[in-house]
Amino acid sequence: MTIHRRTFLGVAGLSAVALAGKSTIGALAKAGEEAAPAAGTATRWAMVIDPQRCLRKEGCKDCIGACDKVHNVPLFQDKDHEVKWIWKEPFENAFTGEENPYTAEALKDKPVLVFCNHCDNPPCVRVCPTKATWKREDGIVMMDWHRCIGCRYCMAACPYGSRSFNWLDPRPRIPALDPEFPTRTKGVVEKCTFCEERLAKGEQPACVEACPEKALVFGNLDDPASEVRSLLREHFTIRRKPELGTQPEIYYIV
Amino acid sequence: MFMFEKAVVGGKRYWAWIGALSAVILVGFLCYLLQLTEGLGITGLSRNVTWGMYIAQFTFFVGVAASAVMVVLPYYLHNYKAFGKLTILGEFLAISAVTMCMLFIFVDMGQPTRILNVMLHPTPGSMMFWDMISLSGYLVLNALIAYVTLSSERKEVPPPHWIKPIIILSIPWAVSIHTVTAFLYNGLPGRSFWLTAILAPRFLASAFAAGPALLILLCMIIRKLTKFDVGSEPIQKLAVIVTYAMIVNIFFVLMEIFTVFYSQIPEHMEHFKFLFVGLQGQAPLVPWMWTSMILAAASIFLLLVPRYRRNEKVLAVTCVMVFASLWIDKGLGLIIGGFTPSPLNVVTRYVPTAPELAIVVAIWAIGLLMITVFYKIALSVRERLAE
Repeated sequence: MTIHRRTFLGVAGLSAVALAGKSTIGALAKAGEEAAPAAGTATRWAMVIDPQRCLRKEGCKDCIGACDKVHNVPLFQDKDHEVKWIWKEPFENAFTGEENPYTAEALKDKPVLVFCNHCDNPPCVRVCPTKATWKREDGIVMMDWHRCIGCRYCMAACPYGSRSFNWLDPRPRIPALDPEFPTRTKGVVEKCTFCEERLAKGEQPACVEACPEKALVFGNLDDPASEVRSLLREHFTIRRKPELGTQPEIYYIV
Repeated sequence: MFMFEKAVVGGKRYWAWIGALSAVILVGFLCYLLQLTEGLGITGLSRNVTWGMYIAQFTFFVGVAASAVMVVLPYYLHNYKAFGKLTILGEFLAISAVTMCMLFIFVDMGQPTRILNVMLHPTPGSMMFWDMISLSGYLVLNALIAYVTLSSERKEVPPPHWIKPIIILSIPWAVSIHTVTAFLYNGLPGRSFWLTAILAPRFLASAFAAGPALLILLCMIIRKLTKFDVGSEPIQKLAVIVTYAMIVNIFFVLMEIFTVFYSQIPEHMEHFKFLFVGLQGQAPLVPWMWTSMILAAASIFLLLVPRYRRNEKVLAVTCVMVFASLWIDKGLGLIIGGFTPSPLNVVTRYVPTAPELAIVVAIWAIGLLMITVFYKIALSVRERLAE
């Protein structure tokens, strides 16, 4: 009886591994078919941020406002309950371990834009017990707000603090409801989705469009002719916590 | 049905105890209803400390559940007869503790009505999936073993042969529940406090100290309240197990501290600093952690000296010290310390709220209620046999 159970588990585990392998191959094959606006080959969305440009207009929150508005991001006064998709984090918190006692004045304590890194090897996806968060073929780390059980394991796994939980009902806290985008319920996790709903319509992410200084550049890494690729060719860029092997896809020009 | 008729006969004292536990459970249940309608925002949890008392209690009681193996293994594998009377108590303790673990997970869910999604969309890559498998499997194993062995005992026949391999299976299974629970925390890239291979062994060592310590106390309470006496030999043997496990546990803790502080990697040191001296001006757990350390050191001393260990009055106090020390270590420090500072190096204060604590206490009460009822059944069967 118990031996059967164990054998079953073993077989189930093996089949799961086999299935996972199959779906990866499937994903690789399918990625080629996906129509990419720029290249026509595979698509791997990424963002390049120029923090110096971002700092030009002091106190600017245009990108944050635009994102919050189109995604019905609730406004919680209590810092502990905040829901954030894109926000400004002091350099030394955004890039822990990168600061030194002589970090340039231009950087130290200065805010850096942070949001979901849409990692190529996302730990949040690895730990989710229901596949409520998963990586799309174009690299976007997505969320299913109807499947999420609210266990917050993804929040423990994310090394960037990019995920928010709805500790209380978010709906009464949405400043101006946009009927075009779903609202969330209490008890689920949410985060930046690279504006996949806008990408589907061929538009740029809301934050990119809203930036008056063009500090955010969004594009396809798999297209050698894309603007993100040329920026990465011309500048030295860093990523947040690259040593963790998560392969974040947000690049910061130094 | 499962000899529950034994649990509904009892004296005034028995019913007063059941009534008191039920009242505590009712208060917690009402608080849970509040949490269900308002959201987890009624707890002290936050963006940066996303798991707190609930998950910490879950972790601690997985250890208590796993510790049943410390009476089952010597009896069934080494034929250590003195534990014969104890195995059923160990198994019932395991059943109660696993149930508590499941309840602690349940109350931590943001969307509890969707919890079956874990089975509807099985994800073998997630450690939480395996934790569900190992915990529910362990519950089934122990319930089956306890039922079959106690039924045979009542009928005064030896247990059926087919139960033996299931009992043997429950031994590695007990190790697995605590290993998988450690793996929940172990493999997260941004959480340096948990990113250590010693975590699972440490979990096991502390479990094998805390669980048997609790079992010793339960045996002493039973002796006081009923005619049933396990005798001093098994208690002394359990005390030796507690001694070894406690020393191994502290040894593991010291190994961790050496690695962290000799390497001087800030990310790893900061969690320990937060727990033991405070960080960024915040030191809420410092008195707790030092209490835990002092209790650990004192209890090891009392356990090591044979004169104190053999004195059951001293041993009782020592067991309370062991249990309290490890509860602080795992039930407070491990989870809160792992989340503080956050991966963005922010220290966020976490203080559990009153409704949160009421829910925690209610789940403890459910565990105690289960132990009371189960032990009452087991002891009634034995008392009747003794007559």
